[in-house]
Amino acid sequence: MSALTGGSTAATSFLSRFAGLKTQLPGNLAEREAASVVFAHAGLPGRKLEAWKYTSLAPLADASFHEPLTLLAPCDDLLALVPPPALAMDCPRLIFRDGRFRADLSTAPGFFSSFADAPELAADPRPMVALNTMLTEDGAVLDLPEGMDGGTLLLVHLASDLHGQPTAAHPRHIIRLAKGARLELIEISVGSGSYLHNPVFQIALAPFATLTHVRLQSEAAVAYHLATLNVSADTGAFYDSFTFTAGARLSRAETSATIAGEAARVHLDAAQLLADHQHADITTILRHAAPHGASRQTVRNVLDGHARGVFQGRIEVARGAQKTDGYQMNQALLLSPDAEIDSKPELEIFADDVKCSHGATVGELDADQFFYLRARGVPADLARMMLVRAFLADSIDALANDDARAILDHVLTTRWGAAA
Amino acid sequence: MSTLRIEGLKASIGDKEILHGIDLVVPAGEVHAIMGPNGSGKSTLSYVLSGRDGYEVTGGIATYGDADLLAMDPEQRAAAGLFLAFQYPVELPGVGNANFLRVALNSIRRTRGEPELDAVQFLKLARAAMKSLSMPEDMLKRQVNVGFSGGEKKRNEVLQMAILKPTLAILDETDSGLDIDALKIVADGVNALRGPDFSALVITHYQRLLDYIVPDRVHVLAHGRIIRSGGPELALELEANGYAQIVAEAA
Repeated sequence: MSALTGGSTAATSFLSRFAGLKTQLPGNLAEREAASVVFAHAGLPGRKLEAWKYTSLAPLADASFHEPLTLLAPCDDLLALVPPPALAMDCPRLIFRDGRFRADLSTAPGFFSSFADAPELAADPRPMVALNTMLTEDGAVLDLPEGMDGGTLLLVHLASDLHGQPTAAHPRHIIRLAKGARLELIEISVGSGSYLHNPVFQIALAPFATLTHVRLQSEAAVAYHLATLNVSADTGAFYDSFTFTAGARLSRAETSATIAGEAARVHLDAAQLLADHQHADITTILRHAAPHGASRQTVRNVLDGHARGVFQGRIEVARGAQKTDGYQMNQALLLSPDAEIDSKPELEIFADDVKCSHGATVGELDADQFFYLRARGVPADLARMMLVRAFLADSIDALANDDARAILDHVLTTRWGAAA
Repeated sequence: MSTLRIEGLKASIGDKEILHGIDLVVPAGEVHAIMGPNGSGKSTLSYVLSGRDGYEVTGGIATYGDADLLAMDPEQRAAAGLFLAFQYPVELPGVGNANFLRVALNSIRRTRGEPELDAVQFLKLARAAMKSLSMPEDMLKRQVNVGFSGGEKKRNEVLQMAILKPTLAILDETDSGLDIDALKIVADGVNALRGPDFSALVITHYQRLLDYIVPDRVHVLAHGRIIRSGGPELALELEANGYAQIVAEAA
């Protein structure tokens, strides 16, 4: 199917790592063996797959990914990459290093357990999930009982290379909120050097549960970040997510969310702030499988240099999902003539009484606004940053969590400061 | 105490020359008015002096004190004391007015090597300025010029001027679209800054504004040249007779 990457150096390095490691990996080996067959057959996804039309993993193909050897390595340098407002938060935190839980750096809440202690693996035909299933070692398992308010939780993933050689980490996080439970999860990925961070999230929300999930991807400039999130929301549940992409050479966040119960809500908002030759992909598949569901997606891209942003947003409304209310908007601000945005909305509607809208806009920095700021004494770089912040204002200001706003504002400010 | 000195200034938009050689000196402490019919180059002069893109200077010089204005970025000109009050103030959705004013003030202070103001110091300053301009305080909380009436936008320009305290203000038809109350507020804002270190170039089509900001000199701009200069009485003459006669005499 994808001979392009099936026999690539990278795919081979993953398979040989599995062959050497499999008897030591926790959990059901049969599931891992099955996943390795899926991955060996598919290889790293490339443009021949419709789902990967705009994002090819060919840049990874020639790399040989090594096992990180960092079980007890000090993490001070990597923690310094986490935005200070995040570390200043007064809440429990879970720190992972190269895909493994670091109890010594964490203050885990009672509802946390380590994936490695009781791995749950399931078949999935998608190559990156199969890769994760094959090699995952650890992850956060969050089980919130009925009615529990888990408050705010910080989940940090630190990644690094191995003496200049690329490494790969495949954490598997499982989040289950029982009826009426609540949690605000702030997830941050940072690192240094060349590596692949390939996390998979399995998120299940029981009736009337609410998960706020703010994701900051601020990986190293030469790193790869490929995240897959599977979400199901039962009756009246609310998955409210915002993904902020700032780092990595190549990244993708693929969310597959199902409105499984009546009147559930799913928000898959995102912003991507890219420069140089960064490539970042937001792909969403939103299934309305029950009536009266509501979904919201506003995805904003700010693209400088030769950056390329991708948004693929698919909304499926099943026959029985009447009174569905779906909204999707993709906006891009191009700061350079060499930047590119690819936007592919797809609506597949089988119900006859639904409200679904989508739209896309592309624009440049407004010359009048830029001059107005400069005429008031604001230097060009700062003026540009203020206009970018203004473009993202609706996204960031809509976040109810003060800490999340402070963290993202910090990233925005320092990133533009560094570029100046 | 700096003098604005413009000599032989020529400027084009694309292939079209708009300013054909402007000579003008505005000494410190003086307010000069530039009047002229539509299309005479008034706005072009204000944009060239403030450094907007899209205008090509093809000849002449413009200096303010020792500073070569034409060699500077717009933000450097602002730090040198220049302030352009826009004919059409720009809306900045997503930018709060208080934040905008503080960033502008601190940018200028930083360039000048002065200490920046923190949020508390700034708010104190802004509130005092708003009070003196009879502006409601909620204007600080709104997004810059978004949903402002024409009069509110011009008042906001005056507020910026009061906070940034320029030493050289260029008012580009600030009076257009203003009722008499708003006009007085704008004039009060400018007059409050008047002093030996402050000079202004008041660009206007009508004499009305000059009843409130009384100029030391009046210049008539037509077809990209200053064709006549005089005292405040020249504005009254223009008001009575229109531009046609003076333009015809100069031709």
